[in-house]
Amino acid sequence: MSNASKNGNGNGKYKVIGTRPIRHDGVDKVTGRAAYGIDTHLGGMLYGQILRSPHPYARIRGIDTSKAKALKGVRAVITAADLPPSEADEVLNLVEGSFRLKDLRSNILADEKVFYQGHSVAAVAATNLHIAEEALQLIEVDYEILPHVDDVVAAMRDDAPLLHEDLTTKEFGEDTGKNSNIASHIQFKLGDLEKGFAESDIIVEEEFETASVHQGYIESHNATAEWKTDGQLTVWTSTQGAFGVQKQTAAILGLPVSKVRVVPMEIGGGFGGKIPVYLAPQAAILSKKCGHPVKIVMTRADVFRSTGPTPSSYVKVKLGADNSGKLLAAQATIAFAAGAFPGSPVGAGAVCVLSCYAIPNGLVDGYDVVLNRPRSAAYRAPGSTQVNLAVETLMDEIAVKLGMDPIELRLLNAAEEGTRRVDGAVYPVVGCRETLEQTKVHEHYLAPLSGPHQGRGVATGFWMNAGLKSTVTANVNEDGTVNLMEGSTDIGGSRASIAMQFAEVLGLPAEAVNPMVGDTASVGYTELTGGSRVTFATGWAAYEAAQEVKKILIGKAALYWETTEDEVRFEEGDFVHSTDPEKRLTFKELAGHLVDLGGPVVGTGAVDPNSGVGGSFTTCIADVEVDPETGKIKILRFTMIQDAGTAIHPSYVEGQMQGGSVQGIGWALNEEYFYNEGRMQNASFLDYRIPTCLDVPMIETVIVEVPHPDHPFGVRGVGEASIAPPPAAIANAIYDAVGIRLHELPMRPDRVLAACLAKEEAEAATANG
Amino acid sequence: MQNFEYLAPETLSEAVNLLAGNEGQTRVLAGGTDLIVQLRQGALSADHVLDVKHLPECNELGYAPSEGLTIGAAVPCHRIYNDGAIADAYPGLIDAAAIIGGIQVQGRATFGGNLCNASPSADSIPILIAYGAECVIAGPQGNRRVAVEDFCTAPGKNILEKGELLVALHLPSVQKSSGAHYLRFIPRYEMDIAVVGAGASVQLDEGGKMFVQARIGLAAVAPTPLFAREAGQLLSGKEVSEESIETAALAAQSIARPISDMRAPADYRKHLVKVLTRRALLGAIRRARGEFVPNAVQENGQ
Ligand SMILES: Cc1cc2nc3c(=O)[nH]c(=O)nc-3n(C[C@H](O)[C@H](O)[C@H](O)COP(=O)(O)OP(=O)(O)OC[C@H]3O[C@@H](n4cnc5c(N)ncnc54)[C@H](O)[C@@H]3O)c2cc1C
Repeated sequence: MSNASKNGNGNGKYKVIGTRPIRHDGVDKVTGRAAYGIDTHLGGMLYGQILRSPHPYARIRGIDTSKAKALKGVRAVITAADLPPSEADEVLNLVEGSFRLKDLRSNILADEKVFYQGHSVAAVAATNLHIAEEALQLIEVDYEILPHVDDVVAAMRDDAPLLHEDLTTKEFGEDTGKNSNIASHIQFKLGDLEKGFAESDIIVEEEFETASVHQGYIESHNATAEWKTDGQLTVWTSTQGAFGVQKQTAAILGLPVSKVRVVPMEIGGGFGGKIPVYLAPQAAILSKKCGHPVKIVMTRADVFRSTGPTPSSYVKVKLGADNSGKLLAAQATIAFAAGAFPGSPVGAGAVCVLSCYAIPNGLVDGYDVVLNRPRSAAYRAPGSTQVNLAVETLMDEIAVKLGMDPIELRLLNAAEEGTRRVDGAVYPVVGCRETLEQTKVHEHYLAPLSGPHQGRGVATGFWMNAGLKSTVTANVNEDGTVNLMEGSTDIGGSRASIAMQFAEVLGLPAEAVNPMVGDTASVGYTELTGGSRVTFATGWAAYEAAQEVKKILIGKAALYWETTEDEVRFEEGDFVHSTDPEKRLTFKELAGHLVDLGGPVVGTGAVDPNSGVGGSFTTCIADVEVDPETGKIKILRFTMIQDAGTAIHPSYVEGQMQGGSVQGIGWALNEEYFYNEGRMQNASFLDYRIPTCLDVPMIETVIVEVPHPDHPFGVRGVGEASIAPPPAAIANAIYDAVGIRLHELPMRPDRVLAACLAKEEAEAATANG
Repeated sequence: MQNFEYLAPETLSEAVNLLAGNEGQTRVLAGGTDLIVQLRQGALSADHVLDVKHLPECNELGYAPSEGLTIGAAVPCHRIYNDGAIADAYPGLIDAAAIIGGIQVQGRATFGGNLCNASPSADSIPILIAYGAECVIAGPQGNRRVAVEDFCTAPGKNILEKGELLVALHLPSVQKSSGAHYLRFIPRYEMDIAVVGAGASVQLDEGGKMFVQARIGLAAVAPTPLFAREAGQLLSGKEVSEESIETAALAAQSIARPISDMRAPADYRKHLVKVLTRRALLGAIRRARGEFVPNAVQENGQ
């Protein structure tokens, strides 16, 4: 175990890495000064509102905006007619996937059809919010209501209502020409499945379903746009990636990227949901029409109905093992509800489903399915949580059947260096086994339970982590501090983690580095904050920038001492004259002389690391108590054990682990999109039940450090994996407590009670019969 | 949100005149934790909003052991639970006052608003019914008094006529050897709307062995909060026992006619009525015997 998790004094190997300095953006955030997207306020700014479809599926026969336009205070009203026309096959390639431009535009302003309740149909700009709101009521839309489908299994049937006439199923990358709601069918194969099952002594197989859940960020979506008369568009928004917003907005509006500048404001949570654009294009067109900046902010109901949710899923898994517990074969069928347009993370789900174990024979089929719900978005380890529930519940069943300790079973099968995953990738050094070993000896795992109807469950999870492009630019100030311009919007304390990696190279205190997030016009290209990549990749860029600064400063010291560069060494944070060790300059002293030493000291790190298939593994322990009369569950204790590679700022690593745990608990217990007739009923935080402080205990964490073999400091991303295993751990704990297996998320009290009552009845029947 | 005119009368007669005389829709405002939300959502409309917080009668919070308790319609929850004498005498009220929303909401939310809003799931109503509370109503024809159980007529509807407003709630004085308890079922541990709520008040004999009388109120199991009259009556003169409590719980369950919605399926609600009625009665009995029974907030260690 890393000592980083126990104290704040670093881990011995490094000076800055592993310590817990106060984050650079902390004071502004706790004093309320930090400027979020919603705080944007420009002179002459107008307010926009979006008209949204009340129907889950309908053809738009016509839109009459004349009455709205005539309302005093209304400056512009727009519809899909104000977007450029789309070619059928135009595709926009983004790191998160390739999307038909037509679909991206339709999601911004629906043209022929609305595909979900909440689908954007028209937008208004007015002198104030209330007038804009009133104008929405004056827009007349003539809808022809169509029969809708909002269940993933139903949507796959041949007789289901079709969403897109021009959507044909791609099977294993080939277009089948078959019209259907199944956008794609992917498959991974390894070994000989039939042989594997034939040799198995135990086979377990179950079907699982998970509900659509929302990322639940506190800050709602927002965008302010100013389209100036010179044709230059600026967008201020809260986003996980300014360059992604630039690309999407430019493509949707038919502009070159150079015409769009995106200023990322502070962000109040994203978890994957603030990668797509929802408002910037509408605000931009409105601004162009009326010559003023236009700001649009979503209500919470709009956030729920029109953005983000993660796909609901159907997952069927079959595992085969021998009597020692060794897994011999596994098969998984995964169907994800992409929402109105193709693009669910079913591919990631298919990679993650068997990722924790060495299984010689496997087959995974994944289906990306469109249906009448909002276009789904990424959500922390996208696709991993859905599939984890299935595999980790079945692992528990095998452990129970064999009378084996569930951690021992997992250790016996743990993925390790050299394990070939079903998608073909081979693991380098990974920390799966190490998290399990830490779990086995953890005081929580060994502690006795303290009462009736209590149970304990464990589960292991995985996320693959991304690399991708990042840029950092450093400028040395004459007072010995460094300004660090980086392109990653800071969601989880990444300013600090990036600054600390820079500081480590140059032996500086973290406080001497001043990290700032740049806009698309002021920093080098940087991909989104997501995929657990920022501390890994942007941190790597900071390392490279620091190396360049070091090299330039060695030159400056040589100049100062009137010697050659090879006479200067960098040692313990000081620049030292090799042959005259009396001559020694601290970073700060040298910086103080820079005015007289020629050109500015600027270092750049521009990287595109492949993160390999290392990823991050995590194991968690959940203790629950079930009220057998009401089915209500209380989480008594919860511990998350995760491999961080190297924990740069342990507090923020722990924060990620705790955040992922709590969100996973939310998936497990109560969170769900509740639909009636295709309409979401619970579009508020009152009835969409994310856990409150009282619903979770303090989440305990153990940081395991198995360094990433390629990263200069051994960093692995830690942002996501922790959300995957909590639902399965809780399901297993419920089984341990009251002997029921739930195969559907959320494990709401009424479902728990129904299963408890069914079990009692079955037992009574056996007793009588 | 639609524009409206804000009115803040300082006397009851002025308030009644405004309510009776105004054209268009006049909405009464107490804490606004329902009203403002509903206006913003467009679920309600208003041409005028009349604030009762400046009316002296509505701000009264008066308790005397012999007289009972008067809660003005503008008194927010926090004033109720922060009053030690009231909290000692009417612990069942505190069970409700402490769980309506969170601290911020409790700084504003009133029992009067909770009642007038007439939500089937309102947390204060079952316990007001159990305590035998009455509504004091002012109107153009003068004052009238109505039992709380007769006040709500449908979801969001009550018996107030044009020109009338709720002035206060009155609870009778507390009898010896009596206790009350309200609890609700929510899937989370705070910040939720009752899936089912049950409030019970009991009076026991001196030895704490027999029921003298009992009253039970239910929430979220019918279009209006319910008074489970018969369930309470079944207990009068009965011994305090598992069987008598079970009988009352079953009687309460039999009048529940819940719906299925996003908060819970109907059969589940029906099941909970029995469980919660039993638990509410047990809590009330323990309090009648002088034992400490924590409310939801104390239980969660807040
Ligand atoms: C975040 C949040 C959480 C909540 N949680 C709960 C909860 O846990 N349990 C619960 O029961 N409720 C809850 N509520 C609802 C609300 O807070 C309560 O119903 C509260 O008691 C209403 O009181 P108020 O004073 O704010 O009423 P207001 O909003 O002022 O009024 C409510 C209604 O009553 C009418 N009215 C008010 N006073 C009078 C009067 N004197 N005469 C005639 N009509 C009148 C108003 O016109 C309006 O229709 C919650 C609300 C919010 C916003």
